[in-house]
Amino acid sequence: MTTDLGLGEPQVLTIAADQDVVRVRQLVRTLAVATKLSLVDQTKLVTAASELARNTLVYGGGGGAEVTVIDGGRRKGIRIVFSDDGPGIADLDLALTDGYTTGGGLGLGLSGARRLVDEFDIDTAAGQGTRITVTKWAR
Amino acid sequence: MERVPVLKIGDILLVSIQVDMQDQTALALQEDLADRIVTTGCHGVIIDITGLDIVDSFVGRMLSSIASISRVLDAETVVVGMRPAVAITLVELGLSLDGIRTALNVELGMELLARARAAESDDFDLDLDLDGFGSSATP
Repeated sequence: MTTDLGLGEPQVLTIAADQDVVRVRQLVRTLAVATKLSLVDQTKLVTAASELARNTLVYGGGGGAEVTVIDGGRRKGIRIVFSDDGPGIADLDLALTDGYTTGGGLGLGLSGARRLVDEFDIDTAAGQGTRITVTKWAR
Repeated sequence: MERVPVLKIGDILLVSIQVDMQDQTALALQEDLADRIVTTGCHGVIIDITGLDIVDSFVGRMLSSIASISRVLDAETVVVGMRPAVAITLVELGLSLDGIRTALNVELGMELLARARAAESDDFDLDLDLDGFGSSATP
């Protein structure tokens, strides 16, 4: 059962074009179903992944996503790491503010994605690229 | 790139989104719809999103844009078929879909458009009467 999920084995996708964002969504959806996340939690995680994958492409200039099914003892979860070697985020507080955007979007991608997951961690600095780790647990 | 088909049914354009759209596909749909509104003279657009298991900020923005564009082109847009989990996620993401009319399914969407059109033509008649009254009052 656990081998089906590839527990602990990260699945890596390159994010270099529009259709890669779709592939990230599809992989996350498949693993979220296999991990038995509720339908609402699946929807939230896939939506968050879509926002962050698009950010990796549009703001980071491309990068990658690593999706892993993790074991938290009594429950399983999904962890996704998005990383890019782009310009990084100089003012993180500002970037996490609803409605703030430098790309002409709605400014909800980063702040909204944070609300949709259980754990959200961001490692970035100007000129250092960006690495965002999100986790959603099955309830 | 896939294209989403736009069907004409009477005075209404019906779009049923059945695929996980790339961002480019969503942008193309926006342009296709604007063209079809002008060439057909349709006054209503129904966008059926029953087939979408997520609506992220990009698709949300596309729906808002389509509603605004069609309004400028004298057509009303109704988004129908949103799944409950999608609605919950959208609200948590922070997307309010301002200015978008919604209905639960295509049939109710068509009723809503018919009522909106009828109400609008009533207003129009009233405007004409007032104009008539105004011009007769001035010699």
